[in-house]
Amino acid sequence: MNAHDNGAVITARGLTKRFGDLVAVDGLDLDVRRAEVHGFLGPNGSGKSTTIRMLCGLLAPSAGDIRVLGHPLPRDAETVKRSIGYMTQKFSLYDDLSVHENLEFLAAVHGLRGAQARRRLDAMLERYRLGDLRRQLAGTMSGGQKQRLALAGAVMHEPELLLLDEPTSAVDPQSRRDFWDALFDLAEAGTTLLVSTHYMDEAERCHRLAILDHGRLVADGSPQELMANLPGSTLQVQCAETRRVQRALAAETHVLGVAQIGSSLRVLTDRRDGIDWLRERVRAIDASALVETVAANLEDVFVAATRAHGQSTEDAT
Amino acid sequence: MKFARLLAVVRKELVQLARDRLTFAMIVGIPTLQLLLFGFAINLDIRHLPAAVLDQANTAHSRELVAELASSQVLDFRYRLNAPQQIDEQMRRGTINAAIVIPPDFETRLARPDRPAWQVVVDGSDQSVQAAARQLGSFPLATLGYGSAESPPGAQAVPGVEIVNLYNPQRRAPVNTVPGLIGVILAMTMVIFTAMAIVRERERGNMEMLIATPLSPFELTIGKVLPYIGIGLIQVTLILLLGEFVFGVPVRGSILDVYLAALVYIGAMLTLGVFISTLANSQFQAMQMAFFTFLPQILLSGFMFPYDGMPRPAQWLAEVFPLTHFLRLIRGIMLREAHLGEMWHEIAALAVFITVMLAIALRRFRKTLD
Repeated sequence: MNAHDNGAVITARGLTKRFGDLVAVDGLDLDVRRAEVHGFLGPNGSGKSTTIRMLCGLLAPSAGDIRVLGHPLPRDAETVKRSIGYMTQKFSLYDDLSVHENLEFLAAVHGLRGAQARRRLDAMLERYRLGDLRRQLAGTMSGGQKQRLALAGAVMHEPELLLLDEPTSAVDPQSRRDFWDALFDLAEAGTTLLVSTHYMDEAERCHRLAILDHGRLVADGSPQELMANLPGSTLQVQCAETRRVQRALAAETHVLGVAQIGSSLRVLTDRRDGIDWLRERVRAIDASALVETVAANLEDVFVAATRAHGQSTEDAT
Repeated sequence: MKFARLLAVVRKELVQLARDRLTFAMIVGIPTLQLLLFGFAINLDIRHLPAAVLDQANTAHSRELVAELASSQVLDFRYRLNAPQQIDEQMRRGTINAAIVIPPDFETRLARPDRPAWQVVVDGSDQSVQAAARQLGSFPLATLGYGSAESPPGAQAVPGVEIVNLYNPQRRAPVNTVPGLIGVILAMTMVIFTAMAIVRERERGNMEMLIATPLSPFELTIGKVLPYIGIGLIQVTLILLLGEFVFGVPVRGSILDVYLAALVYIGAMLTLGVFISTLANSQFQAMQMAFFTFLPQILLSGFMFPYDGMPRPAQWLAEVFPLTHFLRLIRGIMLREAHLGEMWHEIAALAVFITVMLAIALRRFRKTLD
């Protein structure tokens, strides 16, 4: 119970999952603290879903230790399942049941009964604005409505830990914002949340962020920390022939990423003396170019982390 | 296992079933359609076989023989032929299934019964036609004046044998098929329904959500299967009612015994469905596998072909199938007025099947997604 008391809700060490020859998750270390919104950022296939599935006992790890809410997994999976909620990537409630029937079923499955179940059900309908939809079949609802229903279902039994696998991948921006407000409400009430996403704006809102790439943890910390500690520098290049400059810079070894933003280029280098170095390189291509330093954002962190890792594996092979 | 969780699954399943019009149509449609098809169209009584006559004798006796055979209704004489080659022609073309040949020396042959007096030529490519025509050989030609002292016409036939058909005196097929159909229809619908219902949860992704809840796979499976027991009994009732009112097939034994036997048999079919669900990854696969178990059952159980006529290995295999045992039970109870207690060994065989299937299925239950 030590891990539980000192605030760590999830502790994973050396977590590994192999599917045949494929290593989906590779020696992952993770600590998630109580009442935090912990983000999981990574490209598709980086092992986010597999990790979340191992953390809620759906998959058995090939190697490594997991403690969730003070219990070792997968040994105590059945105990842990009573105190966690899991929202799947794909809508996984019943399309042919109404909102009310879906929630009623989940309440019963979680052992809520009678008046207690009814109170909780009404509270969920109210909180997630599903009251008017209670008789509607889940399959006929919009993406945002389905998502609210899925969240209501996942927190029906007031779990201590909520795991969400790309919860906002199928909804519009307004619904995404509302949804994140709902997540922070839950965190404020003491629920710990682990949310995977591939949206930068969502990642930036998390208390802490873990960046995954090819099954490995490549960065871990608060978004501010990660941005402040970005090795190298972020620069903005203003020039006439943006496309040509971009192509030329993309071939440079010290350039981790070049993206066009309107009529300028945003360049991420792994050199501390980036600005002087880049000025020299750019002038060789386009004499009129202007280079200046800009503040790093989370996308830069993401590109730097995943790119550096990608290169190191290429070197290794 | 917690009763409240089990009940939650049962309730959910019933609501879903009530909304699923296709399944609902299948529950009522399959038994009705099959019963009417087997009852009316697939008539295993051979009557009105198209036939031809080649009467080379053309005497009073020969004409009498033909008239006698025609009145049996087994043969339907459509052609009068003049030459033996014509029989071959007609039969190849498929216009006739049988032909009667009466040789020119018919009268002489009748007087000296050491040689067959007449001949039945049969299309041997159809087994049931063959069997029916063979019976013609022992046709008692009373009016021709042959007493039991003399050998009848029709060479090897044993004289004076009367076939007494005890339980189906009119040799009407529905009497045998309706009880059998209860077994066949349940074998088809119960296995498909349960296997598909369980696999559906996996296929639609519901399982991923359910695994993260305290609901155990065992509770989920049992909860999903329970409503189908009721559906199976509804189907039994439907078939019995249709059998009684459309085909006049009575339940001679105890109706309670019928339902008890059906209940045990439904249990066997459901566990088979559960077992299939642990193998299949999609509803389509589940359906294919269900058919794979269905075909040998319908062929070897004694529903289509008599059990006693099958080679030994086929009989051993048939003993494994629940349908074989249920057919014996239901025919015994419905037609021979047998009591369930007299046929306890068939119930025991079904119980063994249920136990073995359930044991295998339980071992195969997936606690995790991988």
